[in-house]
Amino acid sequence: MTQTRDRILFVLAAVCAVLLCVDFYKIFLILPDEANQGAIYRIVYVHVPSIFTGFTGFFVALAASGAYLVTGKLKYDAFAAAVTEVSLAFATIVLATGMIWGRIIWGIWWAWDARLTTMLVCWLIYAGYLMLRRAIDEPTQRARLSAVVSIFGCVDILIVWKSIEWWRTQHPAPVLSVRDGGGMGPGMEAPIYWNWLAFMCLAAILVMVRTRQEQRSREIDSLRRMAHSY
Amino acid sequence: MSSFLRASYTIAAKDLRSEMRTKEAFNASFSFSLVILVLFSFAFDPSSEELRTISGGLLWLVFSFAGALVLNRSFARELQNDCLDALVSSPAPTSAIFFGKTLANFLLLMIVEIAALAVFAVLYDTHFSKQFWPVVLVMLLGTWGMTVIGTMFSALTVNLRMREMMLPTLVYPLLIPALMAAMTLTSDLMSGTPLGKDNLIWLRVLAGFDFIYTVLAVVFIDIVLVG
Repeated sequence: MTQTRDRILFVLAAVCAVLLCVDFYKIFLILPDEANQGAIYRIVYVHVPSIFTGFTGFFVALAASGAYLVTGKLKYDAFAAAVTEVSLAFATIVLATGMIWGRIIWGIWWAWDARLTTMLVCWLIYAGYLMLRRAIDEPTQRARLSAVVSIFGCVDILIVWKSIEWWRTQHPAPVLSVRDGGGMGPGMEAPIYWNWLAFMCLAAILVMVRTRQEQRSREIDSLRRMAHSY
Repeated sequence: MSSFLRASYTIAAKDLRSEMRTKEAFNASFSFSLVILVLFSFAFDPSSEELRTISGGLLWLVFSFAGALVLNRSFARELQNDCLDALVSSPAPTSAIFFGKTLANFLLLMIVEIAALAVFAVLYDTHFSKQFWPVVLVMLLGTWGMTVIGTMFSALTVNLRMREMMLPTLVYPLLIPALMAAMTLTSDLMSGTPLGKDNLIWLRVLAGFDFIYTVLAVVFIDIVLVG
């Protein structure tokens, strides 16, 4: 079991490394600068794949939390915690790269635009989720309560997403061709998807490692408690 | 259904009665809102026109701060003498316990809010008499959203170390859609814009938020309180 898991980890890591090397070679050395934005547009190749990966993760975490509540198996809880943590890291990358881009193109680090605000709210909610986990010692109680918070949080993000859209938007409109038209030059769009794949591999590796850590730490905790009770 | 409502009513009446006798939560949250209202006058020019446009935001900040004080105590007060265990093991369904507590918190918070609104109107010279009923409607909807989420998380955090700190960190981000809608609507109404085409969407956001979370909370409260 552990051996197959390790093998999967190594394969994923290799795929991820190759993908990233090829992608960044293309992005930095082959693709030309964008006509209006110059070199800084390249940040989109980190920004957009990160947000895709982050949001995929948050929905997976929602599913895992639901699975825990239905089955009561703690492995789903460990998985949900790991996924949320990794997704929060990607959400942080989204915020950071977005801010760097905004400083150069808009002239300000932060604009209270719809998408930015949604992302920040999302970040706050899941940061709260991780803080809550720290505050509870008892494993089943922690799993139960954090699953509920995860579900509440996910619903909230959908509401925030929708409601902020009516508020104000200055974030660049989606440039990918899957959503009407698409404003990127030929060959510029593909690296976004390849990077997404690479980031998903990276996220999967991190999640697998974190899930194992989470399970081990729970086992150690329960052993420690057993030892104390004797 | 009627037994559910009767159980909820009993719980709500119990909470309100004990509040009537001690006036703990009311005193704390009302005097706290007074202090914040006074502090606001140092943050900006209290006589300026711009106050109208931000009044909704200020009011809801006061309401949500005052709300946190009330809601924090809602389940925590049951910890003494293991009252919470007795409540949970009583024949009343957990959703009725939750609903009753939400109802009590809602009424209590509405009273604090109305008192704070009156003080706000006097201190900051706001005129909303023409828009009185729409303002009340927004207050009812916004406060319901706040109490549903707040009571739910009060139950969720009741056994935690650092309860006082966890509740606001979890509740405020979740409340953002409701607060945003309530703030926008209240500011509009305070500056004389009636409810209409432009801001009706916010009323829908508020009502939708209330509905979704009331359902979610009633569904999940059993998991939170019993497991």
